[in-house]
Amino acid sequence: MLGLSVDRLRADMNRLLALLFHQGVLDEQFLQLQQLQDESSPNFVSEVVNIYFHESEKLLRNLRGLLVDKEFSDYKKMGIHLNQFMGSSSSIGAQRVRNVCVAFRAASEQNNRAGCLRALELLEYEYCYLKNKLHELFQIEQQRILAAGVRYPQQQQPNNP
Amino acid sequence: MGCEMETDQTEDMDVVLSSMWPEDINEAGRQFNVERPGADQDMLEEVTINKEPNIVDFKRLMELTNYSDKGNWQLANLIKNWEYKQENAVRLLREELDNLSKQQQEVELKKLEILEEHRFEQDGYGGDKRPISILDENLKYLYQDAPRRRNDVVFEDEKVEIEAEFDSVVYWKQRAVHLEKLLEASIKREQVLIEKLQESIENLERQSSPVEELSQVLKRADNFLHFVLQNAPVVIGHQDKELRYRFIFNHFPSLGEQDIIGKTDVEIFSGAGVKESQDFKREVLERGLPAKREITFETELFGSKTFLIYVEPVFSKAGETIGVNYMGMEVTDQVRKREKMAKLREEMAVQKAKETELNKTIHITEESMRAKQMLATMSHEIRSPLSGVVESGVMKLEATKFRPREVVKHVLQTAAASLQKLLTLEGNVADDVPVEVIGDVLRIRQILTNLVSNAIKFTHEGKVGINLYVVQEPSTIAKQGSQKLDRDTTKELPMSESQDDQNGRDENSTCENHKLSNGAQVEEEKETNRKTEEQVVWIRCDVYDTGIGIPENAIPTLFKKYMQVGADTARKYGGTGLGLAICKQLVELMGGHLTVSSVEHHGSTFTFVLPYKVSSISDSSDDPDELSDSDHQDVLGDGNDDDLHSGVFVFQPRTLGTLFSSQSSTRIQKLTPNSYAFNKCNGLLLEDSLSPSSNITYKETRSDEDANSAAGPMETSYELEISDNLSSAEKHEKSVPNTDLVGRFHPYVHPSNSLRAKHNVDENLETCVTYQGQAQAQARTDGISSECSSSNSPEIPKGDLKPKILLVDDNKINVMVTKSMMKQLGHNIDVVHNGAEAVRAVQSNNYHLVLMDVCMPVMDGLEATRLIRSYEETGSWDDAIKAGVDIQLPSPDSQSNSQLEKTRKRIPIIAMTANALSESADECYANGMDSFVSKPITFQNMKQCLQQYLP
Repeated sequence: MLGLSVDRLRADMNRLLALLFHQGVLDEQFLQLQQLQDESSPNFVSEVVNIYFHESEKLLRNLRGLLVDKEFSDYKKMGIHLNQFMGSSSSIGAQRVRNVCVAFRAASEQNNRAGCLRALELLEYEYCYLKNKLHELFQIEQQRILAAGVRYPQQQQPNNP
Repeated sequence: MGCEMETDQTEDMDVVLSSMWPEDINEAGRQFNVERPGADQDMLEEVTINKEPNIVDFKRLMELTNYSDKGNWQLANLIKNWEYKQENAVRLLREELDNLSKQQQEVELKKLEILEEHRFEQDGYGGDKRPISILDENLKYLYQDAPRRRNDVVFEDEKVEIEAEFDSVVYWKQRAVHLEKLLEASIKREQVLIEKLQESIENLERQSSPVEELSQVLKRADNFLHFVLQNAPVVIGHQDKELRYRFIFNHFPSLGEQDIIGKTDVEIFSGAGVKESQDFKREVLERGLPAKREITFETELFGSKTFLIYVEPVFSKAGETIGVNYMGMEVTDQVRKREKMAKLREEMAVQKAKETELNKTIHITEESMRAKQMLATMSHEIRSPLSGVVESGVMKLEATKFRPREVVKHVLQTAAASLQKLLTLEGNVADDVPVEVIGDVLRIRQILTNLVSNAIKFTHEGKVGINLYVVQEPSTIAKQGSQKLDRDTTKELPMSESQDDQNGRDENSTCENHKLSNGAQVEEEKETNRKTEEQVVWIRCDVYDTGIGIPENAIPTLFKKYMQVGADTARKYGGTGLGLAICKQLVELMGGHLTVSSVEHHGSTFTFVLPYKVSSISDSSDDPDELSDSDHQDVLGDGNDDDLHSGVFVFQPRTLGTLFSSQSSTRIQKLTPNSYAFNKCNGLLLEDSLSPSSNITYKETRSDEDANSAAGPMETSYELEISDNLSSAEKHEKSVPNTDLVGRFHPYVHPSNSLRAKHNVDENLETCVTYQGQAQAQARTDGISSECSSSNSPEIPKGDLKPKILLVDDNKINVMVTKSMMKQLGHNIDVVHNGAEAVRAVQSNNYHLVLMDVCMPVMDGLEATRLIRSYEETGSWDDAIKAGVDIQLPSPDSQSNSQLEKTRKRIPIIAMTANALSESADECYANGMDSFVSKPITFQNMKQCLQQYLP
């Protein structure tokens, strides 16, 4: 029963990941991230991603703040933020977010405020989508770990009667 | 008599009359089945019936009844009923009248007769009042009745009665009186009859007229209809040919009569649906067929409502349509519900479709993934062990000189490199195995690799190992008990530890029977070998594990192509089941045989025995000095000298997890022999970087070369110190009774030790070799470290075993990822967040490599690189200070000259660029960077970079 649920959860995770890859939300870099997770850092992926969320939200706030100022938008600063955003997104394999960042930066380089606003909107959308999906993924993973954890003593029982 | 008869008759008629009235007029038309109200109970009386909604155009109703078939028919029914009743009454009356008139006639006739008689008398007396010719024809008419009357029996009877006193005056008088009486009676009867008639007529009148009764019935039916319809959301109407309303029943009237009657729908109200309904009615009118339709109205009058409308045409007698009956029921709620349902259903269908689509996609993805995996597994299996067999027919055995120990060590090393489990890998090569033999090393290595990787795959805890020892010719071995053989052979091994191990294992494994399928062939081969006077040695190789084992019944099919123990196993462990088949084939091709023995849940042992030619030249060709050294080394059991003579290798698990973590462990394993040998010379470090484990798997020859080439400098650099070292080590060894420890090193069993080891040479020397007996280890390392430092310090003044790497990146995420990656690659790195900090860090530390992000706040990577390069060229940090970097110049006394010299070496600086950014490679090079890796950083490019730039 429990074993089944572990398998099912794993299948769910794989399915969700496959979907995200299929949609282009994530790319191979995310796998690199997963490979970095081992016994010495069992929560590496979620730790990194949570920091990423934290940072990204700060960046999004800043970007919006810069764009809201109609008179004078600091496009240079925007570019710096976007570089940051782009770098961290590509580091965790958030492909679509990164692509939107690229477009955003192109718009900011041309001082194209309308384009920037559109890109920001899209960026926010993509970011939220990514966040939701990754949260889902971590949740499943957590469940899986829990389920897997329950199994161990059962396996050992027959060995130590 | 006659009188009595008549009265009888009338009485009879009365009875008939009453019975003739129909009890139930409904018999005529069954349109309404109305309950007949009892005398005092009429349920309708208790119900208030609101009659207002009925609006009727009576003229039209008349017309309708006149013209339409239906109305006509109904009317006809009514009339028929009425007529029937009426006829009955008339007939009865007529009968009565007939009777009466008959009697009257009789009476009159009699009267006439009497008068005539009198006249005759008068005539007799007074002559003719009117002379009538007898011949006159008219006379006939005049007396026409009289003669008939005379014929009347009654009359004659009376005549007979009177005849007695005939012809006397008395007689005549009597007769006259009698007649008078009769007349009187007759008149009386007549009067009675007239009275009766009157009475009857009065009765008739008094009796409720059928019309009234009918109208009462109709009223009751009407009431019932009202009662039934009073709360129904129904509208009933009739419209004429021009679709003007002639009748409408609407329980919720919102318009008065004058607003509706004589008007069409369109004239009455407007809004969506009105026109449609009118058109629909017209259509029905034209087609002459009843029809139903649902129409949604959106009118000011009653808002949005949906009606189910039934319209039927009304025909005139001539068959022309003269109007429509119309009935509408409000079904708004139902329609809404229905629509909601439909919508839900649709959504469900869409959802389902999406789901199946998604499942399909997922299925496809999974399938393709599986296919990919299968291919990968297969290609691995084909590639690594046995690529040769694929061209099976044309396979040619190579005869190359090789060192079995080396092969065993490399196979284990390779396996350890990709090890993802907590397993100990060990190898034991018996002393009697020649240092060099001749055989097809490539294929032997492939077989070994395959067997080991199989063993690892099916083993979750414990160990996997290889035993190599010389056996007698198989033909003789086959006769011996296998158990004994094992014992015998293990006794030959110098290490008691491994012997213990072996024995323990033997208990588990029912050792293999050497079924020599090709014994004869081998014999032959041997003979030919003898002929050529070449020494042939049979070496037996056991690959054992403590894994899941193989069920007995599965063993026969084990070596069949594409067969695994079960489908279950295949799913759990993967693999195509091709490997073992090819292994067996290969072994047999080389004149040996491959067998297996296993105890389920305890482990398996795969054994292959192969003949090798002994390379007679190799021993002599090797440096005799080294050989003598290595003899000593054998006792130590360490593979420091390229495994030439040492026969024991142990790779203990350091970390769990990914490929890359184990990657780092190999690195350490490779380093460890060096440290064990107390040697940190460049040559060894070089070897590490040049022969990464990943290369070994696909390029065996190269790794051979690597090993060989690496052996060169090692040997030379060792010679002096080793002899001393080892002899001292040997002394220690001999003084320690516990031989268990001999030859086993436990690289970095304690992570903390290993960490320290990376940083500090001295500590490293103390800890990198962790013996189980601490005291002993201490004693040994103490002795060694002094020697080591003395011999090495001139070459590398303060060299770290671990290269120092600096990462310059302002992006937290990038830092985390890169740091973690480096950790798994076996490096700890320092991190700073901008160019200025990088310059300061370089100034105060010795880095072997700098990974530099380009876009950074405060100072970007390009500028920082320029400043570092400037210092390297000029030896001063002036430029950096000018650029605003807060440089703390070292106090002159703390830094030795040699260090300054060292730090001024050109540090490899590698840019980290994002492809999407405009940072061009040219720019990087122009600013003094050596290379660049593109972001995001992956294991692949990081590894390549480290390989290229770390010494």
